[in-house]
Amino acid sequence: MSTRDDEAVRRGIVRDSLGVGIATGVYGVSFGAISVASGLSILQTCVLSLLMFTGASQFALVGVIASGGSPLSSALTALLLGTRNTLYGLKLAGVLGLRGPRRVAGSHLVIDESTAMSVLRETREDARLGFWVTGIAVFVGWNSFTLAGAVAGAQLGDPRTYGLDAAVGAAFLALLWPRLRDRHNQYVAVAAVAVALGLVPVATAGVPVLAAAGVALLAGVLTRRATDPTELPEGHA
Amino acid sequence: MSALWLTVLGAGLGCYLLKLAGLSIPPQVLDHPIVSRIADLIPVALLAALVSVQVFSSGPHLTLDARAAALGLAVVLLLLRAPFLVVVFGSALFAALLRLL
Repeated sequence: MSTRDDEAVRRGIVRDSLGVGIATGVYGVSFGAISVASGLSILQTCVLSLLMFTGASQFALVGVIASGGSPLSSALTALLLGTRNTLYGLKLAGVLGLRGPRRVAGSHLVIDESTAMSVLRETREDARLGFWVTGIAVFVGWNSFTLAGAVAGAQLGDPRTYGLDAAVGAAFLALLWPRLRDRHNQYVAVAAVAVALGLVPVATAGVPVLAAAGVALLAGVLTRRATDPTELPEGHA
Repeated sequence: MSALWLTVLGAGLGCYLLKLAGLSIPPQVLDHPIVSRIADLIPVALLAALVSVQVFSSGPHLTLDARAAALGLAVVLLLLRAPFLVVVFGSALFAALLRLL
């Protein structure tokens, strides 16, 4: 490949990565608004985005808090959802070959989008470029828009007036949606809903959601089906 | 320090360590089909449970209210391939309007 082609490829990767980064970062506004509506302060909301930096886990943590769950159950739910980033990391480790401080910093950026924009590249340089540009763009956007959403949400007063309590369910559904194309996943989702709603009247808040993880355990052990855990759903999570 | 702050800091650090582990541990350690399948299914089960608890319960009670209607709209918007923010804030607005009626 000539130098000029290499440059065109690199420009394309940067452009696509920035596009994904900006589009994803904007979701931060919904997280910020929902988080303060769930009872976190603006500062707690922003620290969560800076430190946790993985959307589904953050929505889960504030969602469990909002439904009256204990801080411990909210943290466990967030951590369980965070395990998929470990699998992305396993896949990225060989592709990126990061060592020392770069690995320490890069780890923070291991999320759905940065993985999707780097694992399929033809060269290590291209993979690294896609990973860093996407990761940093999402990080900057996600945290800026989290702040914007949190400040706006705090001005609104009672979140129920604006339906923000209803927005939480919609956000979870939108995160789940791409995975529901798989029939096997549909069964697991239905079983998880049954377990969670069945436990709502009898268990402490937060426990029904955690118990639903048992469905994943059971289904994973009982079924024999080749799946690629790092296969990314289209869109986001 | 409040329990909520401890949760934010602890869970945040935990999620970082999960990412660091992925880039650091030898791939063989988790290279088992059952581990992969469970890890693949955990987000599905948890997100489905979160949707249902968030929409159909208030405390220990199962409920059916404006949130359920908003979820219905979310399904329609997702089927129409609407962007994430349209789905989230569209549902919120719909619930708010229903409550005004």
